[in-house]
Amino acid sequence: MTTGQDVLGDLMRGSLDHCVKCTICETFCPVSNVTPLFPDDEPSPDASLDYCSGCGICTQVCPQGVHIAEINTQARADLRERTGFKLRDRLLARPDVIGRLATPAAPLANAGLRSRPLRLVAERLLGIDHRAALPAYPGRTFQRWARRRQSPPAARRVAYFHGCGANWTEPRTGEMTVELLEHLGCQVEVPRGQACCGLPAQSNGMFGLARRYVRRMARRLAPAARAGVDIVGTSTSCTLMLKREAREILGLEDDADLRLVGDNVYDICEYLLMLHDRGELRTDFRPLPLTVTYHAPCQQQGHGIGKPALDLMALVPELRVIENDATCCGVAGTYGLKREKYEIAMDVGAGLFDQIAGASPDLAVCDSETCRWHIEKATGVRTVHPVEVLHRAAGLG
Amino acid sequence: MSHHDVIVVGIGLAGLSAAVRLAEAGARVLVLAKGIGATHLGPCTIDVLGYAPDRVERPGEAIGALGDGHPYAAVGRDGVAAALDWFKRSTAPYAYVGGLDENLLLPTAVGALKPSAAVPETMAAGDLRGGGEVCVVGFRALKDFHAPLLADNLARSGIGARAVELDLVPEGRADVNSLGFARAFDDPGFQAEVAAQLVARLGAQERVAFPAVLGIATPGAAWRALQDRLARPVFEVPTLPPSVPGMRVFALLRERLRRAGGRVILNAVVGGADRDGARVTGVRARVGLRDVAYGTDWVVLATGGFASGGLELDSRWSARETALGLPVAGVPGPGAERFRPAYLDAHPIGRAGVEVDRGLRPAGLENVLVAGATLAGAEPWREKSGDGISLATGHHAAGLILPATGARPEPATAEARP
Repeated sequence: MTTGQDVLGDLMRGSLDHCVKCTICETFCPVSNVTPLFPDDEPSPDASLDYCSGCGICTQVCPQGVHIAEINTQARADLRERTGFKLRDRLLARPDVIGRLATPAAPLANAGLRSRPLRLVAERLLGIDHRAALPAYPGRTFQRWARRRQSPPAARRVAYFHGCGANWTEPRTGEMTVELLEHLGCQVEVPRGQACCGLPAQSNGMFGLARRYVRRMARRLAPAARAGVDIVGTSTSCTLMLKREAREILGLEDDADLRLVGDNVYDICEYLLMLHDRGELRTDFRPLPLTVTYHAPCQQQGHGIGKPALDLMALVPELRVIENDATCCGVAGTYGLKREKYEIAMDVGAGLFDQIAGASPDLAVCDSETCRWHIEKATGVRTVHPVEVLHRAAGLG
Repeated sequence: MSHHDVIVVGIGLAGLSAAVRLAEAGARVLVLAKGIGATHLGPCTIDVLGYAPDRVERPGEAIGALGDGHPYAAVGRDGVAAALDWFKRSTAPYAYVGGLDENLLLPTAVGALKPSAAVPETMAAGDLRGGGEVCVVGFRALKDFHAPLLADNLARSGIGARAVELDLVPEGRADVNSLGFARAFDDPGFQAEVAAQLVARLGAQERVAFPAVLGIATPGAAWRALQDRLARPVFEVPTLPPSVPGMRVFALLRERLRRAGGRVILNAVVGGADRDGARVTGVRARVGLRDVAYGTDWVVLATGGFASGGLELDSRWSARETALGLPVAGVPGPGAERFRPAYLDAHPIGRAGVEVDRGLRPAGLENVLVAGATLAGAEPWREKSGDGISLATGHHAAGLILPATGARPEPATAEARP
């Protein structure tokens, strides 16, 4: 089998030859739907590419198999290489470094993140919009919790890829994932030393940094895959990074660890539904007399797995789930945090926010952390990972 | 492996019609598609039969005279009529008018007159069978729609036609396609501005043709508003892609599918099936970098023809159906004539496709039904029958499957948004 790094890369670029200029991608582009800034009619490479959020919907809808989003991400990185990287983008590309700095000083960091004057200063100095939703740091990490916990032996073993979100900002989501998986008959191991998967660096055009990050992550997770243990992730965009994007975009086909991890990593809902399809999922969920909305984020749709969270939540008695009709909430990772893009992100998400507000749900449900923060800030509705709903329905919370 | 009552391959008009009808009747439907289908490219006028080979005035009668090998033979006149009725109900409130009794004759973007059985009400006033005077309104900023060309060609057909071009540009846009204008037309302010620039320039007897960009959020609203403001019949003329009328239909049917609990996976390139004798038990697809198997009781194959990649022809003149590897009939053998000299001639390869029986089944398979442009026996671009065949066979395929899936209760999945 050929494994040279260029094989997949050539397929990506070569897919462009299949373009018939039908413009279906443009008609679905959530960004160009709300702003004339993207695309522009500049010569190629078009500087307006900076306004592409990388949501990936163009690739999903293309009837010719052109990898538009992946090619755009590569072109964007090329542009950034020429224009240089902003300090802001260098920061946003390193969520693990930020988490490591913010966690010991959490009260201070959170006060800073909530302080309007400081946020205005940060907006001026860094270009991070003062209105953008940023996480609160709980001051503890998921890894610390996991290290102190021994998962009881079970017939099925899974390795948990927690990502930066669960480790630094939402450790409770990580904890609930472990508790839920254990409840469902899995022995959960948490591979040590998981840092960042490299997705934010990739999105911000820092391919060198992204490659270092993702190679390191693959090295940490590969032993589990090699031992025949499935890897599950709760951060759907980071899971997609390991499954497909890093290989397609960063040209890493020489990395055997990454290929192995990529072939054995699952979005948590994908994994649980797969168990259910095999008749191996415990489904004695308690009734949850709640109304929730569900938004499948753009990056979740990039998995090509449908919407397994809907099928799983349908197993919960008395739970009323309203499926949102939206492709993207606008934030697309770090895109909507940026001063020049915040309003675009809000406009992209406006229809989704209206649907959620109009449904007056008890909770909004969404698989991706930055989307949850963005949706919660915009709607005032508490927004949770599907795991939290299942955790409650399993009687664990 | 997941299991579904029906897997529909393809999300053009044929696939969507089959999927929506099945899902609304309670079947668990999964749509697998490489990408979005032809709805976004064609005008979404339901052209049932325009030429056979002379121009058809009464499509219902002409269907009956088609040969046994034509896709309509499996559906029958009543089946086509039922599909049209279903389509009109299913796309409400985007109203379609017309039927099988007589073809309307509507101008295309280049000003040729094309027979259609059913069209959106926003286009219906473009029926020029009785002649008339037309003012064609164009926008200089709208690519690929040239009002003077349209008017000149209409005039050649004996229609009194002239063009008026406006310089209005949707706010801030540099490079505007039909969708950009359609979004602008959702704004009553833009409608008013257009009407204001036109109202004094119209002749007393003139009706007004616009490119089919009169709004997208609420189909028909901008058209009604303009008709009121201009106090005369207004009609849309389909544009080159992207097709706003097609997008309206796609959005309505997609929403119905969602409400009925149907699931869609895009970027799923189906490339094989698991078989148990004459039954297909599942299909295999390439999704991202993985190969995925899906179990199913039934398959509706609606991947389109050569243009959509549903059929392929290699340099040795060997043709194949790409999703399930079904045999393709109608490809001339070695040494035989394949193409005639003129582009729009009836080419010997023109009717190639997958041959099916009266139950839309290809030879040797019990639970696979084929719909739409994949089917052998038609020449849609000459007959003007493309969307008619897609709708009729997609709808019919669902009808053939439904009794076998039984009246299952609707799955307890998510409700659509209120």
